[in-house]
Amino acid sequence: MALREQLNGLVNSMFLEGLLDEQFEQLQMLQDESSPGFIAELITLFCGDSERILAELTKLLDQAVVDYQKVDAFVHQLKGSSSSVGAQHVKLACVQFRQYCEEHNKEGCLGALNVVKHEYYLLRGKFDTMLQLEQRIQAYESKQQI
Amino acid sequence: MGVDPEAQFHVLAVDDSLIDRKLIERLLRTSSYQVTTVDSGSKALEVLGLMEDPDISSPASTDKNQIEVNLVITDYCMPGMTGYDLLKKIKGSSNLKDIPVVIMSSENVPSRINRCLEGGAEEFFLKPIQVSDMIRLRLYMLKGRPKEQQQSQQQENKITTGSSSCNSNNNNNINKRKAIDEGLSPEKRRPRFSRNSLALVSYEKEI
Repeated sequence: MALREQLNGLVNSMFLEGLLDEQFEQLQMLQDESSPGFIAELITLFCGDSERILAELTKLLDQAVVDYQKVDAFVHQLKGSSSSVGAQHVKLACVQFRQYCEEHNKEGCLGALNVVKHEYYLLRGKFDTMLQLEQRIQAYESKQQI
Repeated sequence: MGVDPEAQFHVLAVDDSLIDRKLIERLLRTSSYQVTTVDSGSKALEVLGLMEDPDISSPASTDKNQIEVNLVITDYCMPGMTGYDLLKKIKGSSNLKDIPVVIMSSENVPSRINRCLEGGAEEFFLKPIQVSDMIRLRLYMLKGRPKEQQQSQQQENKITTGSSSCNSNNNNNINKRKAIDEGLSPEKRRPRFSRNSLALVSYEKEI
């Protein structure tokens, strides 16, 4: 079915580009008939959580004196959740970010935050498409009742 | 003919991250375990029926556990009570000390891992947790069952043989795995840290 091919194509390209890693495959394995919305739920949570964290980080780095401990705590959280959903580029950007935090390097942190934002929004766009396709497929399949 | 024994296993999962709680819940349910998730060590202790001061006897504690829990799996890094703190409280309680505890962390810190294993944790998993990790939990939960005890003992011995406990060897392996864990290696090897050998036990995925 054309929609499914589109979805598979999108997901495969994300794997190839390194946006997603094998952890996402684990999530795919965990989604089944008994839990059809699992990936959608996790991705939605991830996006909400990430945007909250990015907003906090922007505020913290805008201060004259940066509280690096707080910054690090947020980046650690984001690194954890991106790792759990298989968001590889976001995760790697967080790793870099933490290095700059450790060094108390404000310029480095600001640059790293931009990289994380870039990677996150890129991923989010594709996640949005993925979820839309999935919804359409599930609606179609339930109509077919196959 | 009988009830699937795994369906009776009840796992208490502790993690302050909502995403990780959802994930671990799904992982555990997929493996046919009953699951309760909480977001902190203190909530975990509530579920386990442990009062703040374990010496105070109460109706709850004479009941042993309010809810029977066969295994606790907890994140290490949590605000307030860490996974290690929770481990110590469980192992320090006469009611609860026999409940197997497994610790998870996104960070590969050898001293932390050793500390947890020495504190009585059965195993230390590096996040993200995978389906294959869930199967290992069965080993620890079976340990509490008299009939299968022999069999599971043998299984454990098979898995932990063949490892050396040379410290420098460990450090090399651990540093390598740190690189791997940061996603630099395409092939994902699952590092394992088991209490029996206090050394790296590394093996291919197997059922």
